[in-house]
Amino acid sequence: MTARHSVYLDHSASTPTDPQVVEAMLPYFTDVYGNASASHQAGRKAERAIEQARETVARILNCQPSEIIFTSGGSESDNLAIKGAAWAARQQGRDHHLMTTPIEHEAVGRTIEQLASVMDFERTIVPVDGYGQVDVTEFERACQPNTCIASVMYASNEVGTVQPIHNITQVARDHNILLHTDAVQAGGQLPLDVQALGVDMLSLSAHKFYGPKGVGALYVRDGIELMPHQTGGSHENARRAGTSNTPLIVGLATALEMAYDNIDHYVTHYRAMRDLLIESVLERVPQAQLTGHPHDRLPSHASFIIEGIESTTLLMHLDMNGVAASSGSACKTGNPEPSDVLLAMGYDRQQALSGLRLTVGRYTTEADIEYAVSALARTVQKLSRLQTV
Amino acid sequence: MTEKANTRVVVAMSGGVDSSVAAALLVEQGYEVIGMMMRLWSEETVSGKVFNRCCTPDQMADARRIADKLDIPFYVLDTRDVFRSNVVDFFIDQHRAGYTPNPCIECNRHIRFEWLLNNALALDADYLATGHYAQVQRASSGDYQLLKAVDDRKDQSYVLSVMGQDELKHVLFPVGGYAKTEIRQIAERFGLPTASKHDSQDLCFLGDGDYRRFLRQHAPDVMMAGPIVRKDGTVIGEHEGLANYTIGQRKGLGIQSSEPLYVLDVNPYRNALIVGTRAELGTATISAGRVNWIAGQPPSATFQAGVKVRYKAQPLPATVEVDGPDRVRVHFDEPVRDATPGQGAVFYDGDVCLGGGIIERMPTPQSR
Repeated sequence: MTARHSVYLDHSASTPTDPQVVEAMLPYFTDVYGNASASHQAGRKAERAIEQARETVARILNCQPSEIIFTSGGSESDNLAIKGAAWAARQQGRDHHLMTTPIEHEAVGRTIEQLASVMDFERTIVPVDGYGQVDVTEFERACQPNTCIASVMYASNEVGTVQPIHNITQVARDHNILLHTDAVQAGGQLPLDVQALGVDMLSLSAHKFYGPKGVGALYVRDGIELMPHQTGGSHENARRAGTSNTPLIVGLATALEMAYDNIDHYVTHYRAMRDLLIESVLERVPQAQLTGHPHDRLPSHASFIIEGIESTTLLMHLDMNGVAASSGSACKTGNPEPSDVLLAMGYDRQQALSGLRLTVGRYTTEADIEYAVSALARTVQKLSRLQTV
Repeated sequence: MTEKANTRVVVAMSGGVDSSVAAALLVEQGYEVIGMMMRLWSEETVSGKVFNRCCTPDQMADARRIADKLDIPFYVLDTRDVFRSNVVDFFIDQHRAGYTPNPCIECNRHIRFEWLLNNALALDADYLATGHYAQVQRASSGDYQLLKAVDDRKDQSYVLSVMGQDELKHVLFPVGGYAKTEIRQIAERFGLPTASKHDSQDLCFLGDGDYRRFLRQHAPDVMMAGPIVRKDGTVIGEHEGLANYTIGQRKGLGIQSSEPLYVLDVNPYRNALIVGTRAELGTATISAGRVNWIAGQPPSATFQAGVKVRYKAQPLPATVEVDGPDRVRVHFDEPVRDATPGQGAVFYDGDVCLGGGIIERMPTPQSR
């Protein structure tokens, strides 16, 4: 029924939870099940686990534990950072201008769009170049005296390009603008030292670095006021209501620790596999061109435009061959829209419907790459004939 | 491994009961089955209201659930552009030329059994299956024949008459051998959630099912008022746009007359609606163009056949006279009253569909 081979090259979408992470989480479902807010011993045990997790995350991010908020994932972290800071600014009658880029994840893009349409915030979308990189000069030009928050993603989920975050934060700081970065794709691959990066807020999601789904973290620099967008109890220092999810929080911290304790090892492997992948695709698929930055890109990330081949059809054929891939414009409802990211980078509509993303992981082998690229080359050859009929 | 396990079938799924049962039957028979849904172009909103007819998220979710239940892969293909240009634009253009097209015929001609079939074959499928009510049979000559469905009331061979040997040899109609009532029972046996759903609609791309409103909105020039005339050219009233009327229509003409008047035809060049008495209605001879022969050629230069002039009409006895590579003249034993230019004329030898063409406008002095 299904293909004999199965090669998963969609690690930017999600990774498997590491068995050691699962192991670490298990006691917190059945044994240490107390509510971390409760004063009894069972509650205190849970609270201790959560605070240990917070310390672990803080150590890796080089910040104080009190600067870490646990959330339900990357989207919530982005929402909380942007809405929380924007609402606080609004409440104090402060600045009302927001800045972002055209290549953000929807969790950032649509949040800022909503703030603009519902709450009359102004916004500026700073253009990117053909690699999807923000021009720091353009960024500086867009800064206004009344800008309160800028959100610039650390690395692009779609084309893998890494932003010059350090340079951007310097500009933001000069203009007294809070800088949030969506580091969801960077987690497990790029340095997360918030002091070195200079960011004020940073979002993470555990399932991108071999942790469980449904849990994320948000770093918020001490002193930044954040109005909670989910109201209720005083959890997470009164910034995020809701009973703390002990097992998932433990899972996030364990996964992050594993990833960063062995970061060089993993990244070396990702790079090797990614470079082999890019090289093989460009050599064997004449219709392919690399999208995103050739060097400043996520170690695990390869992305292409396959000229003349629509993504949805290509992904279907790859899936039938057992290759799990993705694309910026892919969707399950048959009405793909051209990728906004590719359009913003200057590609035309047809090209923006032809994106392909292949992202490697810890267990990707050379044989996997060989199999996937062969399947891709075969499929593209077949589909180009079909589409010229 | 049986032979069927090595036979790959792409089944076109709509989320409706017929294609769902088709998929279930194929899985039960042991084929390697892949579910595929076409995202066709359709109006999303009509005067601000959102309509849910074709290829809605609900229908996609239904089809996906069924595929999941049957444990088969499922994909949605973006078919909007090719459907819009081949079916929707064609529908508008034909109305503009004074014809009443049958979009299902064009969809089967260009979309299902060309575009989708090519996509299925590219996926290394041996067959494309659909939920149509019709049957394919291999004759002793080796030819593939298109047969009416077992359930005569559901028979869809009329809209499938555009197929040829190259298509039929790659096509399966799993539900064509069953009555509709049996299909509902089979759906229930498989526990398919669509067991009690309504049948799909013609003109699936209309938001509200009202093609007159659609034309007014998308092709206002087709719906311009013009004269109502008698056969001799006498103007006796004004019509509200030719596409509002069908041949044989009596009510709703808004004209005073001593005897009942019927729509005889339209004259698109003068934007005129031609009306006349019951005696003037009907014709014994029609001509049809764009004729497709399922066997690749006609049975003979002249032959007897049952001819359907509408999807829901009964085949009427006639003599078909081949009049060129893809044209015929059809001489009915008795005059027919509702042969409408643009609709299909489909030829049958008993249950065997021989092929069909598109009814043309017979030249009359008034339409010159």
